[in-house]
Amino acid sequence: MFARLVYESFRRQKRRKLLAGAAITLGVTVATAMIAVATDIGDKINRELRTIGANLLVTPEEDTLDVEIGGINLKPPSDGAFLNEADLPKIEGTFWHNNITGFSPMLPVNVSLQRDARTENLTLLGTYFAKRVSFGKEEFTTGVRSTHPWWKVTSGAWPDDNSSDVLLGERLAARVSAKTGDFVTLSGRELRVSGILSTGGAEDDQVVAPIALAQEVIGKPGVVRRVYVSALTKPEDALARRDPKSMSGPVYDRWYCSPYPQSIAFQLQEVIPHSHAEQIRQVAQNEGAVLTRIEGLIFLVTLAALLASALAVSAAMATAIFERRADVGLMKALGAGRVAVASVFFAEATLLALIGGLVGFGAGTVLARQIGRSIFNSQITIPPVLLPVILAIAVIVTFLGSAAAIRKAVELDPVFALRGEL
Amino acid sequence: MRPSRSESAREVAAGRVKLWHTSMFLRMLVRAAVLRRGRALSALLATVVAAAVATALLNLYSDVQAKLRREFRNYGANIVLVGRDGASLPADALGQVESTLAGRGVVAPFGLVVARTSDGQPIVVAGTDFDRVRQLDRWWSVSSWPSAPRQALIGVRALPVVSPKDQAFDLSFQGHIIHLRPAGMVQTGAAEDSRIYVSPADFVAWTGVQPSTIEVAATGSPEEIAAIMHQLEQAIPGAEVRPVRQIVEGEARVLGKTRATLLAATALIILTAALCVLSTLMGWVFDRRRDFAIMKALGASDRLLNGFFAAEAAALGATGAVIGFVLGVGIAAWIGRVNFHAPVAPRFSVLPLVLAGSIVVTLLAAVLPISLLRRVQPAVILRGE
Repeated sequence: MFARLVYESFRRQKRRKLLAGAAITLGVTVATAMIAVATDIGDKINRELRTIGANLLVTPEEDTLDVEIGGINLKPPSDGAFLNEADLPKIEGTFWHNNITGFSPMLPVNVSLQRDARTENLTLLGTYFAKRVSFGKEEFTTGVRSTHPWWKVTSGAWPDDNSSDVLLGERLAARVSAKTGDFVTLSGRELRVSGILSTGGAEDDQVVAPIALAQEVIGKPGVVRRVYVSALTKPEDALARRDPKSMSGPVYDRWYCSPYPQSIAFQLQEVIPHSHAEQIRQVAQNEGAVLTRIEGLIFLVTLAALLASALAVSAAMATAIFERRADVGLMKALGAGRVAVASVFFAEATLLALIGGLVGFGAGTVLARQIGRSIFNSQITIPPVLLPVILAIAVIVTFLGSAAAIRKAVELDPVFALRGEL
Repeated sequence: MRPSRSESAREVAAGRVKLWHTSMFLRMLVRAAVLRRGRALSALLATVVAAAVATALLNLYSDVQAKLRREFRNYGANIVLVGRDGASLPADALGQVESTLAGRGVVAPFGLVVARTSDGQPIVVAGTDFDRVRQLDRWWSVSSWPSAPRQALIGVRALPVVSPKDQAFDLSFQGHIIHLRPAGMVQTGAAEDSRIYVSPADFVAWTGVQPSTIEVAATGSPEEIAAIMHQLEQAIPGAEVRPVRQIVEGEARVLGKTRATLLAATALIILTAALCVLSTLMGWVFDRRRDFAIMKALGASDRLLNGFFAAEAAALGATGAVIGFVLGVGIAAWIGRVNFHAPVAPRFSVLPLVLAGSIVVTLLAAVLPISLLRRVQPAVILRGE
């Protein structure tokens, strides 16, 4: 009888049930999409923040001081220590390798440029552009094109990492009036200019070339001066700032397994022999603050979204129940108790919430994907774990929304209800 | 021709009827709301919540950019001035930059030379104004800032080279020697770690070199910053003005994405809230089909009925919007305080938007059920069918 009551109520009141169901579906859709966006926004903004540049710098452990003003290197080129290029792929073997979005080795060397009987001393910067690197079975591409996204080739193309083509900084190119496709003489080598580079920084006065060329110029194959590493990190907290040497076992494990800039730097030092890794504070410190603000903002907005959808659901439920006073009167007149009346409504509410929740979850997933694709050009993935959570929330909100209306309904006097005098 | 007595009496009577109509109309509006307090209140509540959420989000949306830009200024300079072709900047350049900016940012001058330590090692020494650098480069981790003349701030990598035991040391530049005492250590993870910083007075007295770089952290939108750069170029012809592209582009990207996300969220939430108001109000109006039928049975015209329900809905919408606006401004200010540590200023330009929006939604909610009911005979409704 109970099941028939609920079934018939759905069969005969299709329009009203559809209305309430639509409200629940819409509420759940918005809630799902916002929760998905809120849980993923940290990662997405973190990736956008990587456009500000690398946040970690690896240098040789026993290095002499850098003597550099305005991008002009005044240190004797063979002076100081180097890192071994062959060690770099090991960066992909660190604990947080999935958080490392790219790295670029740098080797600045001094060269002289001869052109039109003029000789100019300048810096040639050897680096990776988009180099294929393999570590174990994994292959990946890394270089300045991913770690330094504000570097732009204004004419021509990026050189191949295995070629000996070079890029000329835009101010340098203007000064020596060189264009894409020209050949320039650098320390006795005839090299093709594959493009003009614009960075807004010191590189505008330099020559940028594949790293092998820079190594050849100073006659030291396989060396690099420093490595810029771009990593997705977690905002620093009190634990992050502690010295790992002073930590006890479990605290140390927690520190090591959190993607703080400090712990990733520590792990880089572990895999690259004789190295010193340090966070670049200008980038690393500030991105934590920006990230916290944006995450906090979206979190609060998500709360507002949840509130609005909860209200929409409860408003729809209250209206749906209020419209059925006559049914309640009839049931009561036929001898149904308060529990029986309430349980019919609660069963209906649960059914509506589950159906609306399922449809809404599906629609919310699509909506979140759409938001991810159109705003961040990447997928927002929704963990399937979210489905039971969303369904539970939908049922609870529907219950809460109907509770007041159901209480009123069970307390209804059947006489008044049947005469329609309420 | 003078109007006859009967005509003027008819006018007075018509006026009375009109007056009675108006007062009856108002009375019905008010009594309807008072007698059905519960239902009217829940409809009002839905309107208030929707208006509050819309106000808060619209306020946030227009303010969040300014708030986040302030966070981005902690990244330091977004404009750099250097002397053309490696020359020093004119001596009055700093004052010029300051007066051009007129408070729209923070400025710090830097002079750089390569000096030698007492054992002949080359080292970069920079002269800068410490009070300004503290404002501009907040990420510098400094153990203690120099406060007296002839005190130096030493980079963490330079420290073991010049002053391993925290002792005073000498530096020489083109035969001139300066005697410095270490005040503290600076760590940034970048070029600063290999340098020594001294005050501009000491720097100029020792080297005779004027600052060659001025770093500017200008506040404002991309257009405002471009305008500032243009003004700086005009004011100091001897300087080359460059944007720090890495910061400017990164900031624009992150801000753009955040705003787009917020916009999508705002649209979704306002849509949900509006639908919530619509369904609550429609239920309320539908519920009053008996009032509707009685009024119609007593001879009320369609126009009067429409007017009655529309006026009721509009009054509800306006009241809800105003209360919601006040609440929403409060919510936005609270979010600003919690998240950005600065209140979000109320934008009164949002009020007409919210007001119009909620009146449209409430009118729609009233008109839809009425147009359904109009087709039904009052007798059918009154019999409860």
